[in-house]
Amino acid sequence: MIVSRRRLIGMGAGAAGGLLLSGCDRLNESPAVRDGLASAEGLTMRSQRLLMGDALAREFTEAEMSPTFRVNGSARVEDSAYRRLLANQFAGWTLQVGGLVHRPLALSLDALKAMPQRTQITRHDCVEGWSAIGKWQGPQLGAVLGAAGLLPNARYVVFHCADVLDGKPYYESIDLIDAFHPQTILAWRMNDVPLSEGHGAPIRLRVERQLGYKHAKFVMRIEVTQSLAALYGGKGGHWEDYRGYQWYAGI
Amino acid sequence: MSLPPAPHQDEAPAPRAGDLVKRHALVTRLWHWLNAITLAVMLMSGLMIFNAHPRLYWGHYGANSDPAWLDLEKVNGGIPFPGWITLPSHYSLADARLWHLAFAWALVLGLLGYLGWALVSGHLRRNLAPKLGELAPAHLWHDLKQHARLRFPTGAAALSYNVLQKLAYGAVLVVLLPGIVLTGLAMSPAMDAAWPWLVDLCGGRQAARSLHFLCAGALVLFFLVHIAMVLLAGPINEVRSMLTGRYRLPPDRKDAP
Repeated sequence: MIVSRRRLIGMGAGAAGGLLLSGCDRLNESPAVRDGLASAEGLTMRSQRLLMGDALAREFTEAEMSPTFRVNGSARVEDSAYRRLLANQFAGWTLQVGGLVHRPLALSLDALKAMPQRTQITRHDCVEGWSAIGKWQGPQLGAVLGAAGLLPNARYVVFHCADVLDGKPYYESIDLIDAFHPQTILAWRMNDVPLSEGHGAPIRLRVERQLGYKHAKFVMRIEVTQSLAALYGGKGGHWEDYRGYQWYAGI
Repeated sequence: MSLPPAPHQDEAPAPRAGDLVKRHALVTRLWHWLNAITLAVMLMSGLMIFNAHPRLYWGHYGANSDPAWLDLEKVNGGIPFPGWITLPSHYSLADARLWHLAFAWALVLGLLGYLGWALVSGHLRRNLAPKLGELAPAHLWHDLKQHARLRFPTGAAALSYNVLQKLAYGAVLVVLLPGIVLTGLAMSPAMDAAWPWLVDLCGGRQAARSLHFLCAGALVLFFLVHIAMVLLAGPINEVRSMLTGRYRLPPDRKDAP
């Protein structure tokens, strides 16, 4: 009697668990549920922006740096043009700046190095959960955009990258608030040496108040746009389009 | 004929064993069930997020080549928490974050609302804060022994929380839930710019992640004890009191000393 009751309870618990599990997964797949959950992203962005204003991300001392800064995402770029540039230390390479600007630019690595530089030791937070502290140097993105001159309808800055992930070109985007933040730089130097391929040579975006996947590596072209809808999957970035990550990655 | 004692002369007669009495305010009941859903979602999606990097560190930084105090990378092929306990049940960091970061708002707003109400209404001071005498070691020891023997308060004594309940509910309300929210915020690069003191208070971002995980573990422990106590104390009466607010005072034990 007791055994059969136990079995009954066990079966009931198993069935309830199974229902709950399949119910959760069904909810997870429902577009209406997903849209509802995703609406929290806007609330989070507005709240965080309100609380942080122009505040700077923490900057650390050299003694606080990670002994090893791991490579993540694309570690190697297969594109043959990129490989030739890499072999020549990016001599002859230029960063294209275009879209909604008064003066489209083509900036060589030397030109980027000749601009006023910002050096910052910051913490890089991966969406997966790990953190590494490294030293980054490069011109501020705001200065580059200032040199190009934004048109009045400019809203977003899109970074087109040389790497291809899962068969799709990598790209990322930020809005003008982050683009003109003083710590948003186009880093060509990391831990006192030119960027390695694994860390995004020739330049990598640093947008210090957001998670790692926003920090686009191998940046080839910067495009200023009014909207993100017409680009690739329309959600403003590779991870946003194909993996469902939030466009605003402040948390 | 002797008169019965009348301790509450201006009020209704003191409730006695067997009476159906008002026990939980509507606000408490609403918040309780909101939490039941919210914390389940937060835990299940949180375990999926943990699966994305199943290592924990102290300090500001921490990645694969740094020493971890907890390393579950070798467990279950690198996915230590299995599908039956995660949301979603298949590996998806993106989907887990979608749930976690949306329900975090329900947790935060519910907690702020309830804490505000508990402070203003006096619930915190009157019903949840232990009285000085209750914290005396002898009293604590007595209540612990009674609980271990599954001898729960009866009659009018069951109307107010005993000291172990006060400590457990109080710890959840003012330590664990605020702690899990604050350690969660301390993992946000944006919040660390806004409130640098918060991540410092935690001892760094990776320490905040560890504390977040430990707070979640403590809440799971609370949940298990809570469910066990509800089952042992009479599940129908307990669940009814959390649904309707009305609770039948347990009869005195025949063998009570």
